[in-house]
Order: sequence, then structure tokens, then C-alpha cells
Amino acid sequence: MTVRRVMGIETEYGIVVPGDPQANPMVASGDVVTAYATSRGIRPARASWDYADEAPLRDARGFDMGRGTAHPSQLTDVEDPTLANVVLTNGARLYVDHAHPEYSSPEVTTPRAAVAWDRAGELVMRDAVERLATVPPGVNLYKNNTDGKGASYGTHENYLMSRATPFASVVTHLTPFFVARQVMCGSGRVGIGVDSRTPGYQIAQRSDFFEVEVGLETTLKRPIINTRDEPHAVADRYRRLHVIIGDANHADVANLLKMGTTSLVLAMIEADALVPDLGVRRPVATLHEISHDPTLRQRLELLDGRKMTALELLWEYHDRAAAFVEERSAGEPDADTAEVMHWWGTVLDKLGRDPMEARREVDWVAKLAVLEGYRERDGIGWGDPRLKAVDLQWSDVRAERGLAHRLVAGGRLEVLVDEAEVVRAVTEPPADTRAWFRGTCLRRFPESVVAASWDSVIFDVAGQRMLQRVPMLEPLRGTEAGVGDIVRNAPDAASLLRALATADERGDRGADADAP
Amino acid sequence: MAGQEQIKPQRRDDGPDDVDTPGPAAAAPAAQVSEIDDILDEIDGVLESNAEEFVRGFVQKGGQ
Repeated sequence: MTVRRVMGIETEYGIVVPGDPQANPMVASGDVVTAYATSRGIRPARASWDYADEAPLRDARGFDMGRGTAHPSQLTDVEDPTLANVVLTNGARLYVDHAHPEYSSPEVTTPRAAVAWDRAGELVMRDAVERLATVPPGVNLYKNNTDGKGASYGTHENYLMSRATPFASVVTHLTPFFVARQVMCGSGRVGIGVDSRTPGYQIAQRSDFFEVEVGLETTLKRPIINTRDEPHAVADRYRRLHVIIGDANHADVANLLKMGTTSLVLAMIEADALVPDLGVRRPVATLHEISHDPTLRQRLELLDGRKMTALELLWEYHDRAAAFVEERSAGEPDADTAEVMHWWGTVLDKLGRDPMEARREVDWVAKLAVLEGYRERDGIGWGDPRLKAVDLQWSDVRAERGLAHRLVAGGRLEVLVDEAEVVRAVTEPPADTRAWFRGTCLRRFPESVVAASWDSVIFDVAGQRMLQRVPMLEPLRGTEAGVGDIVRNAPDAASLLRALATADERGDRGADADAP
Repeated sequence: MAGQEQIKPQRRDDGPDDVDTPGPAAAAPAAQVSEIDDILDEIDGVLESNAEEFVRGFVQKGGQ
């Protein structure tokens, strides 16, 4: 029982061309990706994305949506050569998703590493903004999830799960958790309703955009539980749970809790340990109600008739997780699990005493403290554009303009991962997943890697008539411990492929069992 | 590099029987006010000068 599992965070950034609201966001997003890739010596046409294994219309419930009935925005596997799409040496993917630049972190195995490589994405975006600023008006990027005018864009979490776990169990136990989770992980938002038609403040950026309980869509009729079944791994062994309901975080503690507590709940689901279940009545409406009440007094109703606050529901999950961890680890949880449990209890405690006590740990509280300060000092209402400006500029990726970054610089937000570690994560892949092989191949053999994806690297090597595809369907193979010596000792890509094949014949299981 | 935090005993607020333990939170409001004032001064210095235009111009296409 541990928080450790293969996981990652993908973030679509808000994009603005200053002074030009009519600017084409796809072109601007392409500029962001190209500017960064070029600065790193990556030619977008070179290390591009391998779409062979992508299946965005596959549903976890066991059927495919017909391409004819799919909304065009769901067809994410159609290659458009005008859109830049690259893999970075840290194993991440940087590309244009719809009308936003997106950074998808490499696969990591701990919540703390997820925070590190997620923040590395902010530095990637900041670097691109600085480069584009040299040609006015440049481009500004925002790590948030809505424009407050009716549009939302996602920060998705991914968790590798056992395929043996029935999807119905995931729906049953994760839905109530997600209804409540926002009170410790939400990033806060000025305005109620998707287009902010009611003045006010709410806990989560994303909650108002969710309309159904379960579904395949991600851009319309958004579901609390997304059923996209695209494992990017051995399909009969793994499921990749694609979570679309979370907010982008700047507070390390909230981000750690988002990943860590969800991973723990999934571990309990996999062990079938969440009995009796904590099903919530009217989950979609309740999700909205909880988000709309920063006093945290709003009560929800369980299917068994009990009424409680979101905090009390989170305590239920917390206490079950604590007991489960205690039992399964004989009282000695690993450091990552202990860290998540510590912050989980600490943050719920603070929120329970007075939500404002959690302003160092939780984004929506930190943001609300600032907004209430403005309201008090300047005597302004929630409809004042200055408050909306604070809300938006909160997430500006620039160190000197982004308000969350200013709070961190002033020591006003708890920092769990120090800056040096994040800087390292911009170029270095995690050592303990296949991202190590992907990222290191790109760094060592950039001329020979023609494409890569989550589960493959494709090489073009001298003397071979065909492209050589190295499948990586096992996320925990291709690690530094597994293939580090082979990759480091190979003088070129051809030698690397020969060494991998030899290792496989010996049974070393290098990058993957069925490497060429 | 995982943290060395240990699981700490819960200080869970179970209800009104806790009200006789004021603790450090009782002294907090004044400190909070000056802390917030400092933050506001700092933010005033970097906030978009034309908030209304900035907010109006922040228009996004929907994403996932």
C-alpha cells in the first residue's frame, strides 16, 4: 500500500497575444512549441510524435465511438503537419492541443516527482515566453483552466492501474472523492457559472464545466469520470486512468495532495477495500455546490442518507487510507506515502479550523486571501475587473508577473520541491520509468530519433533500410537501472539497437520484451 | 528525495469541546492584516495597469 505508481500530469496553458484578442491561438501555440524546441536544438519535423498506438475514441466501458459520430476536437490522433509536436530530453511531450500549448510530463512514480516535472513544464513555458518576447507583442502563457467567459482547458492527471480492477468500482468510489477533493486541491476562481455570470468566488476553476457523471468526452459534456481507454501500455495488463476534473496548481502541497491522495484512493479501490462505499447523491450538482461555498459549510448527501460536509467526506477517505496504510505497511509506510498522509491530515485540519489557515498550502485559499485583501482595502465588489485581473494574472508563467510566483518568491507558499530540482527536471528524465530511455535517447542520439511516443521510440539508423521501432509497452522498463549502461555505452543509435537486441536475447529485458 | 515527514497525530477539530484552547490562531488576525497589506503593495506594483482591458482581452478557445 503506497502512493507510488506510474503517474503524470498534462497541462494545457492559456495563451494570450497582448493587445490582440483576435490572434489565432493555434498559430501562437505553434510558435510557443517551435520557439522552445528550436532553442533546444530539436527540429519539430525531426523528433515528432508517433501516433501508431493512439486510440482516443476507445472507451473504458468496452466499445469504440465511431469516428463519424466523434466531435472533431476528439480526433487527437490525426497528424496535422502544421502543428509542432515534440518530445523533450526530460521525456515530456510539448505540443499544440486544440488551441493551447500543452506540456505532458514524463511518467514518474511518486507524487513528489509529479510536482517536480509539472513545475518543469512551467519553466519550459516561461522560457518560450521569454524567447517570443523579443518580437513584440510576444505571447503570454497562463497555467490556469478557464478564461472566465465560458471556455475551459484542462490539467489532466494520469494513473496507471491494474486492468483487473473493474471500471465500475473506479466510478463508484472515485466519483464521491472527486466531488469533495476540490476543497484541498482547487485553484480558486472569480465568478460563478461557466461564463461567470454571477459575481462571486468559488473553490475550483473546473467544477462548473462538468455536466455528466461518466463519459468519454473531454471538450464538451465533460464527465467527472472520464472513460478514455488509451493505456499506452500492455492493454490487457494496464489501464491508464485519465482524470480530467482537476485544476492546475501552483501550491506544491495542493499539487502533491491531488496526485497522492488520488493514488491512495485508487490503491484502496484496487484492493477492494472501500466498503461500505461513500456514494454521493446528485454528484454533478453537488460538485458545483461544494465549489461555490468557500466557507466549506455546504453539506452533501450520501446515498445512505447521511449528510456531511466535503471536509468530513474527505476525512472518511483519509481515515480509511490511514488505517489501510498502517495495516499494509506494518506501521512503516515508505517516505512518499508518509509525506502525503502528513499533508493530507494537516491540510484537512487547517481547513476545518478556519479555511484561511491553509493559505500556504492550498491555491484557492491563497488566492482568496489576496482577493479579500483587495476587497477590504479598496471596498470593491466581486464584479470589479481588478479582482478578475488578479485571478488571471495569478497564473502568469513569468516569474516577475505571475502572482503565485511572487508569493512563492516572498516565502508565502509552502515549497516542497526546491527550484534546483525543478531546473534539473527541465532537461533530465525521471530515472525510474521508460521516460528515462525516451529522454536519454533524444539527448544522446537526436539525429537518429525520427519519432517517439509514450510507448515507442523510432530510429533511423545508417545501413538499415527500414525505420527501427523500439516498443516500450511496459512503463517500468527502460529505466536507468535497467538500460543505463547499454544506452551510455552505445556510441551511436545503431550500436544501441544491436546492444538492446543482444540484451533481449540474453533475457535482460532491456527497453521492452519485444524490442527489435 | 522523498520527504522525511512522519505521520503526525491528528489534531482534528471534533466540535465545540475544543473552544477553550485558543492557541496561536487567536493572535493571528493582526499579523494576517499586515501580511496581506504587504502582499497587496507588491501586487499593486505588477498588476496589469489596465485591468479592464486585460480581462476583456483574455479570451480562450475551449480545450480538453
